[in-house]
Amino acid sequence: MVDLGKHTTEVLLAYGISIALIVILVGWSLAQAKKAKARLAQLENTQK
Amino acid sequence: MSLWEYANPVKFMALSGRVLPVLTILSAMLLVSGLIWGFFFTPHDYKQGATVKIIFLHVPAAMMAINAWVMMLVASLIWLIRRHHVSALAAKAAAPIGITMTLIAIATGAIWGKPTWGTYWEWEPRLTAFVILLVFYLGYIALWEAIEDKDTAADLTSILCMVGSVFAVLSRYAVNFWSQGLHQGASLSLDKEQHVDNAFYFPLLVCIGAFVLLFITLVLLRTRTEIRLRRANALANRGRSHG
Repeated sequence: MVDLGKHTTEVLLAYGISIALIVILVGWSLAQAKKAKARLAQLENTQK
Repeated sequence: MSLWEYANPVKFMALSGRVLPVLTILSAMLLVSGLIWGFFFTPHDYKQGATVKIIFLHVPAAMMAINAWVMMLVASLIWLIRRHHVSALAAKAAAPIGITMTLIAIATGAIWGKPTWGTYWEWEPRLTAFVILLVFYLGYIALWEAIEDKDTAADLTSILCMVGSVFAVLSRYAVNFWSQGLHQGASLSLDKEQHVDNAFYFPLLVCIGAFVLLFITLVLLRTRTEIRLRRANALANRGRSHG
């Protein structure tokens, strides 16, 4: 593990918050995409 | 072949479907390698110590917070002038990414500010402009959700986007407009004398590239979602009117 000296908390906190926000954004976007694709497929099938 | 052809949703879906897998792999690889390089393989700064490693998140996020709004402005103008639905939906798709980047920039800036400036927050020009930009992002998303007619929503959010662009520009150039404030000038510059040391410069470039690619990937993914939702709503309405 890299030695962050007296600033370990600040650096890890910054990385933790940023990576968590990016993961939430990507996960949410993927979930929305999957949901929209399924809804459209269902509606297209019922219209046929 | 004209670029405007991709304003056609069918053509947009076909092209974006082909490039998305490649973009996803590239942005993930660049993000992981840039952050590993920055976190594990860069030295401590002689003044700031290890906190300098926050630059690899703070600077790319701040740049993308502003650039996302600029992209939304361009897409909004295309909607207002040429009435291409894909451009309005792309602007809508970019807003949650922009707000995430703004939150990362503000959070990492505050965390970095405490050991560097002695305070988490100061109401100085650049920081204040970023908070106003965050409020504009929230307002933009709220406006899209509040208006039922999607074309009217696209019109009004486009106008809001133009107004908010003043603060996006201020967020970028506030340090140049006013000399007071805690925030330093740009970390990157075409003038080699002005930018950060090469030990930080190259991993920073990789991280900026990664954030740009991540933004493009997510905008494409989210625009595809918006197009599908628009089509699904049209089908549902048609089904109701026929039923």
